[in-house]
Amino acid sequence: MSHLPYIVAAYGATALVIGALIVWVSADTRAQKRRLQELEKAGPRRQARGTAA
Amino acid sequence: MGVVSSLANPTRFLSWSSRLLPIVSVLAALTLAVGVYWSLFVAPPDYQQGDSVRIMFIHVPAAYLAMFCYVVMAAAALGTLVWRHPLADVSARAAAPIGAAFTFLALFTGSVWGKPMWGAWWVWDARLTSVLVLFIMYLGLIALWRAFDDPSRGAKVAAILILVGFINIPVIKFSVDWWNTLHQPASIVRMDGPTIDPSMLWPLLVMIAGYTLTFIALHLAAMRAEIYRRRARTTEMLIAARPASTAVRPTEAAATGAPPHTAH
Repeated sequence: MSHLPYIVAAYGATALVIGALIVWVSADTRAQKRRLQELEKAGPRRQARGTAA
Repeated sequence: MGVVSSLANPTRFLSWSSRLLPIVSVLAALTLAVGVYWSLFVAPPDYQQGDSVRIMFIHVPAAYLAMFCYVVMAAAALGTLVWRHPLADVSARAAAPIGAAFTFLALFTGSVWGKPMWGAWWVWDARLTSVLVLFIMYLGLIALWRAFDDPSRGAKVAAILILVGFINIPVIKFSVDWWNTLHQPASIVRMDGPTIDPSMLWPLLVMIAGYTLTFIALHLAAMRAEIYRRRARTTEMLIAARPASTAVRPTEAAATGAPPHTAH
């Protein structure tokens, strides 16, 4: 295969960047969801149900 | 319009996107796998460029997505300014890092392809320069959003900047026709049809489909993360603003990431 180093560099960089995007977006989604769940647990949700009635 | 508006409700979006995301992700992985195999091992080498033409199969979809992502952001900017839809700014903000990544890939793979074909890693050609401007615009928009502590305040400014920057998209597209450039003119979307041989056109179209599905999956996931981030921020503010005895359920106000209305 001619120009192999250029082809490897191009496909390698593409795999790296798209892979990094997938990891970053997945980790961010999990982190934000966990943060929201922890806040909702810590928040005054139960009292609100009790006082609203 | 009513159906779109209904699906774009943040809570409904989280519900339907959680079901759609795995399907799109699997489809993207399968399409990319077929496309990469076809591009590297089945498509023939070019009679002039040899095997370096295989870079085209990842360069063209990245360049197309770099522009497509900005078009999505421009549509979202209109949604922010005209309809003030809560999900519009979420969509634009989630798309920006993805657009920046694909623009970087278009520049990098183009450079790596340019060296053996043109003899230069980079030339200040109209196409290359306008894509570099697009990359800088993506970075500028990401920095702008980060500069605002309250996302709702930054949304309008970012939307205006996105729409102003949209002028660069037709410049990128038609730069090869308007100026005498080293970059080749369009060879797929042409009035007289594609000029690429079907043996190379088909794997290229499969790769474009794979990249598009990857973008959709990443964008949906990034939008979900942004909605959770804004809800968490609003919930934090509600907890900080209200004494426990008078507190109301923070999740209601946080549903769209809207700032809390504190009682005085």
